[in-house]
Amino acid sequence: MSGAASDAPAGHKDYEGSKLGMWLFLFTEILLFGGLFILYSAYWARYTADFHRGGQMLNLGIGVANTVVLLTSSMTVAISVSAMQQGNRRLSIWCLAATVLLGLVFLGNKAIEWSAEIGEGLYPNSPELLARPHGEQLFFGLYYSMTGLHGLHVIAGIAVLSFMLNSIRRNTITRTDYGRLENAGLYWHLVDVIWIFLLPLFYLSA
Amino acid sequence: MEHAEPHAHIVPYGTFVRVWLLLLFLTAALVVTAKAYHEAMSVYAMLVITPLKAGLVFFYFMHLKYEKPFLKSMVLMTLALLVLFIGFLFLDLSYR
Repeated sequence: MSGAASDAPAGHKDYEGSKLGMWLFLFTEILLFGGLFILYSAYWARYTADFHRGGQMLNLGIGVANTVVLLTSSMTVAISVSAMQQGNRRLSIWCLAATVLLGLVFLGNKAIEWSAEIGEGLYPNSPELLARPHGEQLFFGLYYSMTGLHGLHVIAGIAVLSFMLNSIRRNTITRTDYGRLENAGLYWHLVDVIWIFLLPLFYLSA
Repeated sequence: MEHAEPHAHIVPYGTFVRVWLLLLFLTAALVVTAKAYHEAMSVYAMLVITPLKAGLVFFYFMHLKYEKPFLKSMVLMTLALLVLFIGFLFLDLSYR
């Protein structure tokens, strides 16, 4: 290892360090949503029957469909990272593009779902909702804020993955330098994990 | 191979596909249990199946299985902290 090129600071990559940093950021995300899960649990324990009725008003079909979409997108981004590590740039690009597309499908479903609910007058502070029991108002408040915050994470994830797609195209993510792609994938997987918890909390609320 | 990562563990595609199928199966099991058996059963189904699904994503999709014990223990501590908080919440609720 001689020569200026290998010692140049610009060429230095701390693979382990950047992955650890990404995980630390994910911990803050886990605790952010964790706080909301605790809030949900506290109100669920107090208004169990209202939460159950609220859950039955949601569209379970769309909830499950979006779960399948996100689980599939998690698999495609995992394959994309594996493909890049093995030097299969083409497969990596296709799987990453599929992930972005599935993310957009998720948002499309979300838009259809929210429009239908808002159309029925079920949105925070709506006259329709204010006439309902207090627990149902809280349920829908939590529903919009938690799935809304999750939706923002999906949008952020799509932006990050699109950026990675462009980096692969420009060859700044390669077989030997794929740390950023892997970290972007970690973020997308966490967005998937959060949705795994949101499905039973809202759509299957007992 | 100037910046090669010899320690990086490459997971075969088949593993991801199998984990994905298992996740789909668990989702179906969760929905069927919640809808068919109702109330108490669905709470237990949620408490068992949902963390299992999250565990599969963490372990396989997020490569946690192949990480060093240091990172594994950090993730464990974060999740334990959250579980502890939720435990305190229900302790508080039940003695109110």
